[in-house]
Amino acid sequence: MKNTYAILKRELKSYFTSPIAYIVIFVFSIISGYFFSSIFAFFGIMCVRSINNTYLQTGLNITDGVVTPTISTLSILVLFIMPFLTMRLFSEEKKSGSFELLLTFPLRDTEIILGKFGACFITFIVMLIPTFFYQAIIFSLSEPELGPVISGYLGVILLGASFISVGILASTLTENQIIAAVVTFGVLLLFWIIQWGADFTGPIIAEILIQISILEHYQEFAKGVINTHDILFYLLFSFFFLFLTKRSLESNKWRS
Amino acid sequence: MIQVENLTKYYGQTPAIKGLTFTVQKGEILGFLGPNGAGKTTTMRILSCFMPASKGKATVAGFDVFEDSLEVRKRVGYQPENVPLYNDMSTSAYLSFVAEIKGVHRKERKRNIEKVMDECGITDVSHKLIGKLSKGYRQRIGIAQALINDPDVLILDEPTIGLDPGQIREIRGLIKNLAGRRTIILSTHILPEASMICQRVIIINEGKLIAVDTPDNLVTSFQTDSRVLLEIEGPPEDIMKELKGIDGVVNIEKKDPISEGAFTYFVDSTLARDVRKDLFITISKNGWILTQMHTIDMSLEDIFLKLVTEEKA
Ligand SMILES: Nc1ncnc2c1ncn2[C@@H]1O[C@H](COP(=O)(O)OP(=O)(O)OP(=O)(O)O)[C@@H](O)[C@H]1O
Ligand SMILES: [Mg+2]
Repeated sequence: MKNTYAILKRELKSYFTSPIAYIVIFVFSIISGYFFSSIFAFFGIMCVRSINNTYLQTGLNITDGVVTPTISTLSILVLFIMPFLTMRLFSEEKKSGSFELLLTFPLRDTEIILGKFGACFITFIVMLIPTFFYQAIIFSLSEPELGPVISGYLGVILLGASFISVGILASTLTENQIIAAVVTFGVLLLFWIIQWGADFTGPIIAEILIQISILEHYQEFAKGVINTHDILFYLLFSFFFLFLTKRSLESNKWRS
Repeated sequence: MIQVENLTKYYGQTPAIKGLTFTVQKGEILGFLGPNGAGKTTTMRILSCFMPASKGKATVAGFDVFEDSLEVRKRVGYQPENVPLYNDMSTSAYLSFVAEIKGVHRKERKRNIEKVMDECGITDVSHKLIGKLSKGYRQRIGIAQALINDPDVLILDEPTIGLDPGQIREIRGLIKNLAGRRTIILSTHILPEASMICQRVIIINEGKLIAVDTPDNLVTSFQTDSRVLLEIEGPPEDIMKELKGIDGVVNIEKKDPISEGAFTYFVDSTLARDVRKDLFITISKNGWILTQMHTIDMSLEDIFLKLVTEEKA
């Protein structure tokens, strides 16, 4: 535990002494801000149009029209940006050789992995902070429901954690950060769209595909519904990939 | 303290070390000698638990490097060959991180860090970023981090490479001082260094152990003939002919002239006979002028070259 904390501190410092964290957070804020303002503006136009149109008015409310879409777009943004946060975690150390010293320090593999995971997770949370201001703007102008905001962010955070676990695994496999990022992105995208196949397969496989899709479980959170099995899915997903990461680290010590 | 038995490591199909067996006593400084690619780094990586051996067994401080790797790692300070450090940290922050991870108690951390920084001469750069330091300073930080928790065993892979001559002497002095309480394995290409600081040396070549002994013993046991250096003024042809006739002389080599009519000669003779008296008598009898005569001991370097080239032949 103490060692995990030491690793976490070092990694976190490393994120914020290099430009990586700042650039990623900056890009993320700009794009999410652009999404937010577009969605907000679109909602505004719809409101104006609906003044004389009762049919349009029925479906129009600030929660469904602005809050939910802005949070949902965050999830896809996180998918694009996370590989850039995770790619360095092990690849950089492998490339520079500090991996050799790291493995000869009296540390357990789990402590190393959790420390790195924690640092990346905290950076990710910091990255989300600017988006809270967008929500604050909505709340200052209108009265949306709080439920979907909380569940939406909970969903994004769980989603982020599972993305990180995939990214860490990829980064233990190569000393090339670009490869780590591309592999992470590919795997995440696959888990994102995997339920599309459900339309063409038998009912059992279809159900499996839907159940392992990252996006499918996120939908419920976006609607403002918090199900334990969705939470469990993300936790299991993260746990599974962290376990594979541990295996990957151990493989350095397999006799050959 | 360190026991290595039949250690073998394959990289794919090619063996890097083949059946190494040796032991290191507590408090001993052991030098690892060998040409490039001999398998020094490979052996050290196995002992420091970075990677497992393919075959064989190694124990450090009573713990198996494979089965009880964590216990071994707690007791070993390791300085890898290329000294991979975190370039984005300052020297003191890095040492503090390593101290924390190696379980140095919070209260002792500051004192330990100051002590090793002083010992390794890096106090001046304590606030500089490691990535901006010169090779020599990085090397010293590499040694400092290995020392930080005062480990029982030190494994140093070429600790003096890239240092300036003054610093080399300091680090050698430091290593010598550390001995006694600690067991140290170090690898080096510099043979005088090995004979200077190591109690015993191991010579390996192409992954095989070819000699283990104290530097002095190696020199005596591998010395097959003795060599005398002579500087003589006189006609070279006659000198060569006459000296060759002396009983016990095996070989004579004429070197470059040192001045008008004077040459250096190397005279090799069997160990059993000291030929210096006969040499002197022969030279004076012929009226040549002897300006210098002394015996040359075989250096560790000669033995090393001899062993390594013999192995190839
Ligand atoms: N990661 C690796 N993969 C494949 N082969 C390797 C690897 N590391 C070392 N080798 C090979 O193993 C052999 C021993 O290498 P090692 O690094 O142990 O030599 P060394 O004695 O430390 O040499 P040097 O004096 O150059 O440091 C060499 O032939 C090298 O090519
Ligand atoms: Mg080496």
